[in-house]
Amino acid sequence: MNLDADILCVGFGPAMGGFLTTLTRGLSEEGLESAAMPGLPPQVICYERADDISFGVSGVVTRARAIRASFPEFDPDAVPMAAPVTSESLVYLLDPHGASRRPAMLRAADGILKIAAEHGAIELPYIPGFLQKHDGFVLSIGQFNQWAGQQVLMSGLAQIWPSAPVSAPLIEEGRVSGVVLAADGAGVRGALTVVGDGPYGAAGRRLDEEFGLPEGHVRDEWAVGMKLVIELPEDTTLAPGTVIHTFGYPEPEIFGFFYTHPDRIASAGIFVPSWLENPVRTAYRYLQHFIQHPYLWRYVRGGRMKSWGAKSLLESGRRGEPFLAGDGYARIGEGSGSTNVLTGSGVDEAWLTGTQLAEAVLVLLREKKPFTRENLEATYVARRRTSWLERENLVAEKARNGFARGVIQGFLGMALAGFTRGRLHWPSGDVKRRTLKEYYSGRLSPHRIVEIQKQCAAAGISLHDALMDACGWPAIQYDGQLLVTHQDALLMGGKVQAPAGAEDHVLFRDAVLCEECRQRTCIEMCSGQAIHAGETKVPAFEREKCVHCGACLWNCPGNNIAFAAGPGGFHSAEN
Amino acid sequence: MSYQIVVCGGIAPDPLQTLEPVPGPALKNEMMLPHVFDPWAAHALYEAGHLAKLNPGAKVWVVSMAPKAKLQQVMMTVAQKLPFELVPLDGPPGGFTDSADVAEALAAAIRTIAGLDLSRLLLFGGWESATRGAGTTMQRVGALLGITEQFLAVDQLEVRDGGSLRVWERLEGGRQQVSLCSGLPAMLAWATGHLPEPPNHPPTGMANGRLLMPALQKAKPAPAGAGCTFLDVSLPKQIRQTVIVKDKPAAEIAREIVEWITQ
Ligand SMILES: Cc1cc2nc3c(=O)[nH]c(=O)nc-3n(C[C@H](O)[C@H](O)[C@H](O)COP(=O)(O)OP(=O)(O)OC[C@H]3O[C@@H](n4cnc5c(N)ncnc54)[C@H](O)[C@@H]3O)c2cc1C
Ligand code: SF4
Ligand code: SF4
Repeated sequence: MNLDADILCVGFGPAMGGFLTTLTRGLSEEGLESAAMPGLPPQVICYERADDISFGVSGVVTRARAIRASFPEFDPDAVPMAAPVTSESLVYLLDPHGASRRPAMLRAADGILKIAAEHGAIELPYIPGFLQKHDGFVLSIGQFNQWAGQQVLMSGLAQIWPSAPVSAPLIEEGRVSGVVLAADGAGVRGALTVVGDGPYGAAGRRLDEEFGLPEGHVRDEWAVGMKLVIELPEDTTLAPGTVIHTFGYPEPEIFGFFYTHPDRIASAGIFVPSWLENPVRTAYRYLQHFIQHPYLWRYVRGGRMKSWGAKSLLESGRRGEPFLAGDGYARIGEGSGSTNVLTGSGVDEAWLTGTQLAEAVLVLLREKKPFTRENLEATYVARRRTSWLERENLVAEKARNGFARGVIQGFLGMALAGFTRGRLHWPSGDVKRRTLKEYYSGRLSPHRIVEIQKQCAAAGISLHDALMDACGWPAIQYDGQLLVTHQDALLMGGKVQAPAGAEDHVLFRDAVLCEECRQRTCIEMCSGQAIHAGETKVPAFEREKCVHCGACLWNCPGNNIAFAAGPGGFHSAEN
Repeated sequence: MSYQIVVCGGIAPDPLQTLEPVPGPALKNEMMLPHVFDPWAAHALYEAGHLAKLNPGAKVWVVSMAPKAKLQQVMMTVAQKLPFELVPLDGPPGGFTDSADVAEALAAAIRTIAGLDLSRLLLFGGWESATRGAGTTMQRVGALLGITEQFLAVDQLEVRDGGSLRVWERLEGGRQQVSLCSGLPAMLAWATGHLPEPPNHPPTGMANGRLLMPALQKAKPAPAGAGCTFLDVSLPKQIRQTVIVKDKPAAEIAREIVEWITQ
């Protein structure tokens, strides 16, 4: 086989940061030779979909164990927006409006908790060990990726090409022999293809289709994370490194975060999970209510939105782990099932998988062994199995089972798994797909729902807003600074790019399915308002607004959306 | 005709990003801002690429001065647009270096390009930079290289049979000056040109990368900026203000803009 390069990499997130940092250091020390270009060091090429390596969406608070192993002298001052964690709290947010959908038991408990609450919330007296991040850092994923990527580039031993989406791995005779570039469909061949394209990358999904998942593994748990970067008011009392984890509001099953960076900047966001039964779920409106909760509003009132972003998380973790290696390829990062939903941590885990693969690759290069499944399993997979990642992800594996049965069972299940180190867990169940009538039963009559549906369809406005209004959620009082419309968040919160000539990457597979679909969840949940009612019954897609959050992919109940690799999107280097 | 085209261009903070410059001794956070190839120079580059495509055997060089790490990051996108060879200079970022110093460093770097015939050179650049806007750098580079045929704010170039050039320069009031230049060498400092941004093409990037990566590795520090010291730096009070209005009459919007400008 003629090789264009030795190692081809898909995606540049923390996983690939870990891989390329470790690999290029090894290559520089060892004087290894390229098989593709004899006489030169091994040729390493990484393709990133986004327009710059500084574009991503994440929290981030991280214990950074693996990152610090790579950079023992890690100095947060060297990374813009980074700060050591200075305080950490876990807060249960009560519902100040009584508009959320709380089970009766929770409502009763809330009644009692209200007495002890301050600012409409209860700060838990202690944070379970498995959640604690007090020895870690608050980061901006964009700035961290850029910091790590620049060092890799400066080594001269790896190329990272941005705005270069990979449409699929090149699969020939049952083995992966390279990648296919979305730009022109050209194949590029390499001895090893490293797939680190995150939770919903096209290359990783194609591998799942081709090789399936190990027996018993499923990828059915997702969340869309949506965040704001906020410039806090000048008189803020929040110290950099303040970390607040929340649960209970705007819906009880929505977890939230609030992290403070240096220079009066905060990241605030929520996770809207796949088990939220509302078929017209919306992350943006929920996010606006979240930041207006009295507990947080006292910090952000008078602040300004600097940046906004959304991205899906694959929350199946170890249960959704694919085959980690095969002939000619290996998988790292969230797409390889590394994210831990119990500890709420994905960045450091992703980084670790990358470093483990790089160590393995260096061994194989040194021993001049080919990148076969057996060799990669004996080196990379073996390292992964004996590390803290595997131990902790096994504890987390069934931690969220309870949420399929209900929110209280979900919380109890997490505590059970966390405190018994995974020995006990809540029995699993199937996530129910509710109809609107079922979801709003007891709060809105079927007749009222139909009425609202008709009004919204006639006016061409979103159903979720109207339904939330009808349930008692207060209208958002836009201030043009922090509280802005969804469209304005797109305009003000980053840079929208849709290169001319690129094809639509969101496609509706089967028109009949859409025509018969009553929920049209894809329209309501779209993070960029890029999917809307079209002229036919098939929704319309506007590439110019798509933020590539991947949420439409898993939100369609009929799995009717094809999500291809495409360039552009919506980007901010601050997220 | 086998043209030798040298494009001079620096990098500039991406104007569409949300991160804003923080004033400090220079700009405190300059290295954390996402950067793009200077938009004016980018037009020059696309025109150079187009000309080279139409004239087999032509070659494009990009001479660029910027902090090495940032330049490398930007080049990973630019190099996917069209084939060129990079001559990198590890120097200070755009806004705070005197244009005469920059021109000197660029001209010196151009002189080192092997096989370049200065008497046949097409020197391209932006009519000004997005960071400093001095509008004098390219003229100085041309002068230092002995190029007296200079065109500023170029919108269009037509290469005529026999090798003469017809050049459209932008003037005040939407008018253009059309000149005929009998031949090379010539310096064209571009305004917007006519070409759209070429789509990214990773294989072009990889082909450029073979020379680009080692060149960046070896980029020499350029001692530009020594001739000029800034005692104080302040940013304009309003850098950018986004106001989103709906259904407002144009006259009202115009009135608000005038009020904002005169504040
Ligand atoms: C809102 C939010 C908050 C979070 N908060 C935290 C937190 O506080 N702490 C924590 O530890 N984790 C957090 N996470 C999770 C964490 O961000 C992820 O687990 C982590 O980023 C995964 O890293 P990765 O390298 O595997 O994938 P990613 O970061 O997703 O990187 C994958 C890269 O691949 C690129 N790509 C995708 N498809 C292609 C393609 N076809 N071709 C080329 N490139 C492609 C993408 O553009 C991306 O840059 C959060 C996530 C979100 C969304
Ligand atoms: S894509 Fe899915 S959710 Fe959207 S209309 Fe079609 S079937 Fe319904
Ligand atoms: S269309 Fe784009 S913005 Fe909308 S959900 Fe899908 S990926 Fe996200």
